[in-house]
Amino acid sequence: MSVPPRSEGSRRWWYSLLAVPLVATAFPQFYAQGGPALIGIPFFYWYQLVWTILAGCFVGVVYFATRGRPR
Amino acid sequence: MFRRRRVFRDAGAATVIDWTALAVFLVLFGGVTVLGFMAANFQRGDLNVLHEWGLAGRRFGTVITWFLLGGDVYTAYTFVAVPALATGLGALAFFPMVLITVTCYPLVFIFGPRFWTIAHKRHYITYADFARDRFDSKALELAVAGTGIIAVMLYIALQLVGLQVAIKALGLTGTGLAGDLPVIAAFAILAVYTYRGGLRAPALVAVVKDVLIYVTAVVAVIVVPLQLGGFAHVFTLAQAALASAAKPASTTLAQSQYMAYVSLGVGSGLALFMYPNNITAVLSAKGTDVVRRNMALLPVYSLMLGLIALSGYMAVASGLRLTTPNDAIPMLYQRYFPSWFFGVSMAAIAIGALVPAAVMSIAAANLYTRNIHLALFAKPLSDAQETTVAKLSSLIVKIGALTAVLFLPAQFSIYYQLFAGSLVIQTLPTVLFGLYTKWFHRHALLAGWATGIAVALWMIVSSHFVSTFTLVFLGVPVSCFIAVWALAADLIVAAALTFAFDGLKIPRGTDRTSPDDFVEAATYPQPR
Repeated sequence: MSVPPRSEGSRRWWYSLLAVPLVATAFPQFYAQGGPALIGIPFFYWYQLVWTILAGCFVGVVYFATRGRPR
Repeated sequence: MFRRRRVFRDAGAATVIDWTALAVFLVLFGGVTVLGFMAANFQRGDLNVLHEWGLAGRRFGTVITWFLLGGDVYTAYTFVAVPALATGLGALAFFPMVLITVTCYPLVFIFGPRFWTIAHKRHYITYADFARDRFDSKALELAVAGTGIIAVMLYIALQLVGLQVAIKALGLTGTGLAGDLPVIAAFAILAVYTYRGGLRAPALVAVVKDVLIYVTAVVAVIVVPLQLGGFAHVFTLAQAALASAAKPASTTLAQSQYMAYVSLGVGSGLALFMYPNNITAVLSAKGTDVVRRNMALLPVYSLMLGLIALSGYMAVASGLRLTTPNDAIPMLYQRYFPSWFFGVSMAAIAIGALVPAAVMSIAAANLYTRNIHLALFAKPLSDAQETTVAKLSSLIVKIGALTAVLFLPAQFSIYYQLFAGSLVIQTLPTVLFGLYTKWFHRHALLAGWATGIAVALWMIVSSHFVSTFTLVFLGVPVSCFIAVWALAADLIVAAALTFAFDGLKIPRGTDRTSPDDFVEAATYPQPR
């Protein structure tokens, strides 16, 4: 299992993206509010709904970026 | 107050049978029954071998795994209970929507492929298999297996509650045994096709279930708000009704609830893939990239769950008089959907109960067969014997859950999820940390596990079955999910005793895994 140091380093970097969705939603003080509403849905709700999909996108980006490399 | 001038079809627990809805329900239910029985031939394998029966031969591709995992994680009970919770708790009930998602899928993206790899290499089918080999501890193996089985049985009971809600809403009510007969019949059908087809059965049925649930969720989120005058109106009415309730709530999360909200979401996210049934579905994938792709695709289900959760507010806004909160979804759909589509939505919930119940009973059967039966009887089993034991124990687990639901008072069932999550999360230090480090001492992990369970049970009972518990640190009260407090106690004890036991030179045992076992192969030969 000899992994070139460069690829190991950049792989690690990509993995840190996995923490972004959690950081974006772990502090309700920043999104527990009513406005701006979207088609009548308060910000608190649509912000979280949008992040469910963004969470998948972030995982997808990491998947494609680290694909086929030695793990 | 807003009241619709409409014929009230929702007379409490429906006593009139809606024949159109019932007919649609029976056709769909009959269809998945046939599918369940045909499943034994899907991606054919030798069903007398445990990993073929219990893991479908580890050969599912991305799509089937997605339906199976989605069908298993997002259960009928979730679709009934989350909106039900919203009718009483308001904004606090929305923690499952995003916080579970952002915690568990990125986490499983990292450790899922690692567990899949070693499980494939060393023929593990459960977490307990791994715990035994990694820490050379039968006691730890039994602890992990026992916790998993109990958590899963509680969760199967919850699926039965979901099934009962759907069947009752169709008007199939009665007293005594007659009232329970439809649930027993549905469960018996499930038991037989699971016995025959193993994990292949819920995998195929999950495809139908998930399509029905998606259709229902999308239709509900468009049709109902239109009839109620738009989302803004729904939220205004819901806020007014929640604020004037006996126990006031709000559609806005209060500052005092932030900690509880985040800890409930993150804690549930950490617990999610400690459930044996969810890791069973992960292991049935045919390769590590299938697992990774699924972690990117599964959040689609969270979006749907979020939309369905909003139905709780629609139920509040439309002024439905609920006898129990669990009736929120069926009564809402009954009022706003045409009969035939109401039948479709109730079939979605009922089938949505059967898929996870099947996977859960298979996971419990795998645990019993591999990790408990051998310890009890200490006689090696042949492949065929092992599979027979698993098939029979899947039946026993289901009968146990059925008995629990039919004979225990219904109000107990809402606590099952709290118990299950708080217990199963105590296996996390052994399993998740164990995948990456051998630092913890085996006896320390066991003591941590026991402490975590004791703390969880004590907090649940002394808080009178509320899911959060308040501890005071330096005069500041912190209200946090019980499972998270208990996990913290578990980790502290495990770490402290690791130092102590190492200091006392208590033997650590031999790790039977090797670093090579964790290294992914470029490709995996598919079983024939």
